[in-house]
Amino acid sequence: MNSNIGKGSMSTASSSAAWKAGDVVPDRFPAGLRVLVVDDDPTCLMILEKMLRTCLYEVTKCNRAETALSMLRENKNGFDIVISDVHMPDMDGFKLLEHIGLEMDLPVIMMSADDGKHVVMKGVTHGACDYLIKPVRIEALKNIWQHVVRKWKNEWKDFEQSGSVEEGDRQQKQSEDADYSSSANEGNWKSSKKRKDDEDETDERDDSSTLKKPRVVWSVELHQQFVAAVNQLGIDKAVPKKILELMNVPGLTRENVASHLQKYRLYLRRLSGVSQHQNSFMSHQEETFGPLSSLNGLDLQTLAATGQLPAESLATLQAAGLGRSTAKSGVPMALVDQRNIFSFENPKLRFGEGQQQHINGNNKQINLLHGIPMTMEPKQLVGLHHTAQSIGNVNMQVTSHGAQSGQNNSLLMQMGQPQSRGHILNDATVGHAPRLLSSMGQPILSNGIAANVSTRNRIPENIRAPGYNPVSQASSMLNFPMNHASELPGNILPLGSTPGMSSLTSKGTFQEDVNSEIKGSGGFMPSYDIFNDLNQHKPQSWELQNVSMTSDASQRSNSLQGNLDLTQSVLVQQGISSGQMNGQNRSAAVVSKAMCSAGDFSEQRNAQNVNQHFNTLLVDNTIRVKSEIVADVSPANLFPDHFGQEDLMSALLKQQEGIAPAENEFDFDGYSMDNIPE
Amino acid sequence: MRQSFFDEEILDRQFIQLEKLEDRENPNFVEEVLTLYFRDSTTLLATIEREMENVPIDFPKVDRILHQLKGSSASIGANKVRNEITKTRELWQQGNREGAKATFQEARKEHDTLKAKLEPYFQQLRQAGPAETAMRPR
Repeated sequence: MNSNIGKGSMSTASSSAAWKAGDVVPDRFPAGLRVLVVDDDPTCLMILEKMLRTCLYEVTKCNRAETALSMLRENKNGFDIVISDVHMPDMDGFKLLEHIGLEMDLPVIMMSADDGKHVVMKGVTHGACDYLIKPVRIEALKNIWQHVVRKWKNEWKDFEQSGSVEEGDRQQKQSEDADYSSSANEGNWKSSKKRKDDEDETDERDDSSTLKKPRVVWSVELHQQFVAAVNQLGIDKAVPKKILELMNVPGLTRENVASHLQKYRLYLRRLSGVSQHQNSFMSHQEETFGPLSSLNGLDLQTLAATGQLPAESLATLQAAGLGRSTAKSGVPMALVDQRNIFSFENPKLRFGEGQQQHINGNNKQINLLHGIPMTMEPKQLVGLHHTAQSIGNVNMQVTSHGAQSGQNNSLLMQMGQPQSRGHILNDATVGHAPRLLSSMGQPILSNGIAANVSTRNRIPENIRAPGYNPVSQASSMLNFPMNHASELPGNILPLGSTPGMSSLTSKGTFQEDVNSEIKGSGGFMPSYDIFNDLNQHKPQSWELQNVSMTSDASQRSNSLQGNLDLTQSVLVQQGISSGQMNGQNRSAAVVSKAMCSAGDFSEQRNAQNVNQHFNTLLVDNTIRVKSEIVADVSPANLFPDHFGQEDLMSALLKQQEGIAPAENEFDFDGYSMDNIPE
Repeated sequence: MRQSFFDEEILDRQFIQLEKLEDRENPNFVEEVLTLYFRDSTTLLATIEREMENVPIDFPKVDRILHQLKGSSASIGANKVRNEITKTRELWQQGNREGAKATFQEARKEHDTLKAKLEPYFQQLRQAGPAETAMRPR
């Protein structure tokens, strides 16, 4: 399956190696690609719209960045790609780019009449997947679909790496092996991929034996190492290569570090009001998430304490998230905990996510977070926006790694659960994921979420246990929004509806994330508690940060901190029997819907998987998780974060017949369902 | 007439791109875009002129508007206008106010010339009707 997608035409089924199943790209693709174009110049807007329509894309135009953001937030899966001008009156184009990257993890193309190297570089560092110079020619627009596909592919791969895709397991296993063993390849591949001018995408793919990049799970420990290395080098001088050397972690690639660094930088920047990093943006090095690393569960608390944590947790989460894309270092859960730490507002997480690209990866990473602070305060999870993802990832990773110490396990479990369940709140919002962990303290995660986490931690699938404590944290906030609370049984998280959720909404993104992926990783927050009660809905106060899932007993409330993402997963796990959880997470539409509500997660999971979006995300996460938790977390859920593309993916996946199986995995939205040991 | 635009380099290939976008659904697409452009550009040019004389001068604001004008002019293929605007902006960024003002006047002149020339052109197109449009060389 390494048929590289890049090979040339997505249209050929075989080329999309990424999709295991059937790799069949719909024939009409890329027609129908949903593009959002933002530009304050009406002339350009009109021309672009017409050009895009001519390319048979579905175009929505917008002349204000704020409007665009709210459009994206409201309809998380309504778009596949965004094209934005750099100079706009109400918001800087790069800022918008960051937001989108973090919250929705969609590919963003920047455009401007300015072709100065400096500006183009800024686009790169902020995570834009391409940069167009005005006047824009229609030829340039014809190929934008490649960015969407690429992202899916990455996510999918990540998912695969997480290895537990049921369907895709086969493939994934192969890839997994390859992944882990070829982290170097991945690194190479990633780096090449990172370059926007990824002209040799296919080549690169070929290089990495299975194209699957092992996802690095930015566990708390790993993140701590990372932060230490960065601090040692000096934030401005910290280059991935050196950091890698200092960290001296086998299997970790420069790419992993680079993306993690980028996220971290973003995170720090946000903390300090962007004062710092701006310049150091190394191509993906965003703020060093140093703090994240420390998040390992224990630290999370500390982190939570310091406002920084959130950033860090993000970092961790990001790391986790990043890890996803980059490499999953088994660092499992430790990071997950961290994620929890990230309870800091989810927005931070976004940072990590900011990097759209990374975010995908982060999803994985976020899983990591799950593991973390299970005990921790739910707040911390907030940070984990990645956690959602990472948690998924982390969980996956973690579990694979042997679940880091029992702690992780527990955390993971918690997290994992949220992840898997939450479908991985992976959403970029990531921050959420952590939350779950922290709050969850309880093994609850094991429930569905654990899926993410569980994989890692093998969390005693207790996940079904009390609402995911982990989720309790902020995640609840995040995650919950995720799934649109729609499904959650009982109340669980009507995520948006729940009061706590309000916070989530703020997260806005999380919801998206949540929907997308159940962010299981992060945020499953409090919602999970709910799950325990399942269906108790505990009005989940998921509020992101400290959403203490009031509803449920303490468990949930764990700190729903922001990361409701986890909640999602948690919810999922919780047995939310209603697949709702998944649905929630999945908002992504596809899958979850059915799933969650169904209560039969298992069913949903598959359904979800099919949904594709999640598949990729979840798949990775879930897949991995699968191994572990298996129970529910169809890794697919884990990936929810990515799913901005999910829709796209799902569409694609759907199309691909073969994919179906793989999709199942991915769809983890529901994934929790399977896992959810109801 | 159309060819003269290209010969004189008033319009460049980007204009052709716009023409290519016309189809049955949007038969007057080019004219619509150009109308939109002139509506905005006229306002922006007036703003720039005013701001350049303002005291105290808001340098960034003028720069921003120049940038926007550059972008939209380029997007419609207004070659000469874009070039003059670019020159104006460079001088402005260097702090050369007088030089920028002078160049700006050139830009304005080119802009008005373009507008004046395009109006009869579109009128001619409209009068000619669809047949003419179909026959219009691409």
